[in-house]
Amino acid sequence: MAGLMSRTSTLVKAWISKLLGQAEDPSVTLDYSYERQREQLQNVKRGVADVVTAKKRLELQTSKLEQEVVKLESQARQAVGAGREDLARTALERKALAQQQLQGLDQQASGLEQQQQKLTGAERRLAAKVEAFRTQKEVIKAQYSAAEAQVKITEAASGIGEEMADTGLAIERAREKTEDMQARAAAVEELVEAGTLEDFTSSSDQLDRELAQISAGTQVEDELARMKKEVGSGAEQKELKS
Amino acid sequence: MIVRLMGEGQYRVDDSLQERLNELDDRAGAALEANDETELDKTLDEMFELVRREGEQLADDDLSTSDTVIPPSDTTLEEARQLMSQEGYIPDLAAI
Repeated sequence: MAGLMSRTSTLVKAWISKLLGQAEDPSVTLDYSYERQREQLQNVKRGVADVVTAKKRLELQTSKLEQEVVKLESQARQAVGAGREDLARTALERKALAQQQLQGLDQQASGLEQQQQKLTGAERRLAAKVEAFRTQKEVIKAQYSAAEAQVKITEAASGIGEEMADTGLAIERAREKTEDMQARAAAVEELVEAGTLEDFTSSSDQLDRELAQISAGTQVEDELARMKKEVGSGAEQKELKS
Repeated sequence: MIVRLMGEGQYRVDDSLQERLNELDDRAGAALEANDETELDKTLDEMFELVRREGEQLADDDLSTSDTVIPPSDTTLEEARQLMSQEGYIPDLAAI
């Protein structure tokens, strides 16, 4: 079996020759290929920016979900205070579920951070190479015969092509990772929206209602007890007077 | 010779390094066959470290092509399998 290294080398070389094969006579299309490189550099910049944006969105989503977990905890406490162990248990179970998901997201986020740094480096390298190609193409035009120019251009374009293949793969991988994280975050959110978690956090939710009923109930009982006491002692006093 | 570490750039290393890289590459291939993600991870890390330690990084604007390309150090088993499959897995920048 061929090794990973030789396989990767072969793939990159095939990728480059496909790229160069698309160009017609490179010496005629020198300026054109430079323009295409600049376009692709723009694609790369956009790709990197997309990953950065997605990462920020995920961070926001994650911190929102972390707040939900805190809410669940305080509601479980409230339920315990109200003597409703069943409600507290449900809240804690859901809290544990959400926490598990969040932990997975945290791990993935740190991987994404590394990939983002690599992407920034790749973008910088590609930009430097495209700029070097711009300079070199003028030298090639001015100094070389057509046949020599052909060789020089192919060399330079291959160097850029290799960097493009690397960058393209890095963007693709970062994007896949981001999508994977988005799916995870969406799954937690779905739990929230389906009423599993949200029930505990929105004002009109079931647990809140029950807790409100309990506390209203407690209040009623308390007041009733107080009134009974007052009325009772009043009645006793009356009795004493009469 | 010039070696590219995917995601990290290119290094100029002594030709004699090829043999050690090949040994590590064999180990990575064996790890892939054994579905051993930890070993694959470790071996790719070793390849990256070896090239970083023994090599000299090329300037950003160097237009040389590489003699050898090493896949990303955090390549997963699944990605490695895709890499070895017919289609390969290098996307077109135009599609990005």
